[in-house]
Amino acid sequence: MTISDVQNILNAKVISGQDHLENEVHNACGSDMMSDVLAFVKDQSVLLTGLVNPQVVRTADMMDMVCIVFVRGKEPSQEIIDLACDRGIVLMKTPLRMFPACGMLYEAGLRG
Amino acid sequence: MKLHYKVPGDDFTRAGEASGEVKRKLKRLGFDSDVVRRMTISIYEAEINMAIHAGGGVVDVEIMPDRITAVLTDDGPGIPDLDKAMQEGWSTAPDNIRSLGFGAGMGLPNIKKYTDILKIDTVVGKGTTLTMAVLIKPE
Repeated sequence: MTISDVQNILNAKVISGQDHLENEVHNACGSDMMSDVLAFVKDQSVLLTGLVNPQVVRTADMMDMVCIVFVRGKEPSQEIIDLACDRGIVLMKTPLRMFPACGMLYEAGLRG
Repeated sequence: MKLHYKVPGDDFTRAGEASGEVKRKLKRLGFDSDVVRRMTISIYEAEINMAIHAGGGVVDVEIMPDRITAVLTDDGPGIPDLDKAMQEGWSTAPDNIRSLGFGAGMGLPNIKKYTDILKIDTVVGKGTTLTMAVLIKPE
């Protein structure tokens, strides 16, 4: 599926990276622990997290992730948005909590 | 090619700047994405460790055709029990670091997993030097 599909499924609002919405997503990972994210290498992944700090973007960048979804409607700071723009990573937020957000993407065919 | 970076000890949000720059440099030089990822994740984890435990430090990276080597040196408290520190899930990071998404006890195990060579020299009260390398396999 595409990043745009992820947005629709999660009823998410795109915060930055509108130009990359047609990029493909092959995997997803839901975690608030960045070292756990760093333990599993996958290509073209989306990261769902309730954590909001610049290390989320740095972690996603290290893993070549293409999109970060903040759950529970969390708002990133301008510093985080700027960093994500620089790295070409799409940021979005969904009002959903982590469990249903992951479940809906899984149901739509995305795997971990 | 040799690169040198300082890791700040007083600003956790800036840990990862060195590995981010190394990543962009290796990509531009055309290294395989798996090699780039394994090396830069390892440097990133080590930078985070330095920022959490050691009050910062320095990173020296050497890029050769057959291997990429990174040496991370700090003057921190050292690692009293290296065997435990190598176990997944074992951590001495304080709660405020956990709330930032780290301190899961995956740092050194992740580095061990992703690098081909890892040497840890640590002296309690003096500091720690991590020497790590990813080898480039001929195609």
